[in-house]
Amino acid sequence: MLTTSGGWLLLLAVLAPFVGVLAGLALGGRNAQRVAMLLLPVGLAVAIGIAGSLVQSGETVVYLLGGWAPPLGIALRADGLSAVMLLAIAVVVCGIGVYARADFGSAAGEPEQRASFVYWLLLLAVWGSLNLVFVSGDLFTLYVALELLTFSGVPLVCLDGKGETLRAALRYLLFALAGSLLYLLGAVLLYGGYGTLDIVLLGARVQPEPIAWAAATLMTVGLLAKTALFPLHIWLPPAHAGAPAAASAVLSALVVKGSWFLVLRLWFDVMPGVVTLPAAQLLAGLGATAIVVGSVVALRQERLKLLVAYSTIAQIGYLFLLFPLAFDASGSMLVHGAVLTGGLLQAVAHATAKAGMFMAAGLIYAALGHDRIADLGGVARAMPVTVLAFAIAGLALMGVVPSGAYLAKKLLLDAADSSGQWWWTIVLQGGAAFTAGYVVLVLTNALRRPAAPVKLVKRVSRLSEYAALALAVCSLLLAFAALGPVPSSFISNPLLPKELGPTLLVFLGGALLALGLSRRSLFGTGDTDGSMRRAAVAVGRGFEQTDAFLRRWPTAGLALLLLAAAFAWLMLSRSL
Amino acid sequence: MTAGTLFGLCAAVLIGFGLYGLIVNPHPLRKILAFNVVGSGVFLLFGAIAYRGAGAGMGGDPVPQALLITGIVVAFSATALAVALLLRLFDETGSVTLSSDPPPKSGDDTGAH
Repeated sequence: MLTTSGGWLLLLAVLAPFVGVLAGLALGGRNAQRVAMLLLPVGLAVAIGIAGSLVQSGETVVYLLGGWAPPLGIALRADGLSAVMLLAIAVVVCGIGVYARADFGSAAGEPEQRASFVYWLLLLAVWGSLNLVFVSGDLFTLYVALELLTFSGVPLVCLDGKGETLRAALRYLLFALAGSLLYLLGAVLLYGGYGTLDIVLLGARVQPEPIAWAAATLMTVGLLAKTALFPLHIWLPPAHAGAPAAASAVLSALVVKGSWFLVLRLWFDVMPGVVTLPAAQLLAGLGATAIVVGSVVALRQERLKLLVAYSTIAQIGYLFLLFPLAFDASGSMLVHGAVLTGGLLQAVAHATAKAGMFMAAGLIYAALGHDRIADLGGVARAMPVTVLAFAIAGLALMGVVPSGAYLAKKLLLDAADSSGQWWWTIVLQGGAAFTAGYVVLVLTNALRRPAAPVKLVKRVSRLSEYAALALAVCSLLLAFAALGPVPSSFISNPLLPKELGPTLLVFLGGALLALGLSRRSLFGTGDTDGSMRRAAVAVGRGFEQTDAFLRRWPTAGLALLLLAAAFAWLMLSRSL
Repeated sequence: MTAGTLFGLCAAVLIGFGLYGLIVNPHPLRKILAFNVVGSGVFLLFGAIAYRGAGAGMGGDPVPQALLITGIVVAFSATALAVALLLRLFDETGSVTLSSDPPPKSGDDTGAH
């Protein structure tokens, strides 16, 4: 194995953002923003270059650091998975960068502000660490990349320096650190068992035996804690809702994808034969629970940013549905294939749509001076582009035809059909209705005629509005993946009865959920609630209390240990 | 019992203690310390693995030792960041509790001030 012709691009993808961080730090003041703005197109070009090099040669792009081959040296590798994620993240970072100019830009002659200086450095640091996560070829470099990602994500939470956000940041950091230690422990065990940390070498050497199961369990659970998969989402809602919108978009769309990608890497490339189908069922089961709980609690929120934060928990759940569907026919081995393509497409669709949604929510907050969902009336007339961006992002998350998430859903549904796992069909179809629930809730409120004309406390930047819209539209346009990696038979005319029916059902289900579960009754006052609505509200409260209980430290810690025990049992039980 | 096994068992005990502290202790500073105890356990285990995997005529496998140094630096940075956040939190709010609810009267979920 040698460095391939495009290998130096991998080095550039990782180094350029970090050089930018150092340069911005040294130059100080407004220069941090200038450096970031300069690097955004460079990074995008590098990502395109890597993808191009991969497509051209048809082989994994490799760079050997210092010319030393593994197991002694360290390799950077970009396969199809990495290239797609690199490109998607580069696009989202560019969108967020354009958006953030209004919030964190400093005009000429203004004194230097801490938040607007630090934001650009952290944005670049998150980008660089993510790129390192995507191209790292060994488990220890991945550990360092994960930690870098956490270290650059945590300060984004508390950019405004208020007590509440500092607390959220500390919770995030401590829980993430617990997760990364479990990951490191697993990596150490693998080294002890097989004498290498290189992904390719490990993939060939790992056997289904106790040490590999222990490592798989520890690493998976640790990464789940960092990804905030239900019930380990203790830190996510306050952290994502408290941060400024431009930072929330980074945290929600990008940072959680890093550790998710690592779970994917671990299960598909390092231990495809070690992990078992029951363990994958548990993983997807947690995802399904995340979809239901995250969406219902999102519906119960009073503030738009918290709603979007809880919807992130549901979206993370979606990303884990692919695992049991990607096993081969005998159910003994995870295989690369259509399901993995679908999962990846879902991740990219979510990254773009979620960033767009948080940006739209941030614009609404900035313009109104509040983000109470019940008082959004008239905002659609005052800021049509922003509300349109929110709506399109919502449609994209729902997976309405044609969108990237729709294609992804199709691929997963296909696999669920062919492997006879009908229960995931229900989750995949029903999940869209839950997403529709909170999108319908926000849009009905935003489109409602206000009692008094809306007063905007601030004019928001046009450019920011269009950046949010562009990212949301990107997520819809991912349907064009049908031209390349996805068979085109998967896309069909959205107006055909067989497509229109499910779409309408999704909206209907969403509307019913919103009617039943929203905090304020959608129509009229809350005094005249029917018995159905009262029952639904009671259910909603139950979910809220469960969520609050699970987000306490001792419960979350216990959940972490119990999950580890469950995964270990599900992997061990095969050999008994 | 060989020295390698002994170190491995010590590591397991440290990791267990640390995880217990990390989960049960409500005070953030103690959680940070517990994190360091778990970290020490993991590093000790890595050391034991290096000792066990020693090649002919060498005191230990050098790869884990090189990785250990990096791991310690990462854990140190994490601790520094956490302590800095904790100090800022104390400056801003005058308390260091991690729970966002108002502190209960019996003080079961609050840290010492």
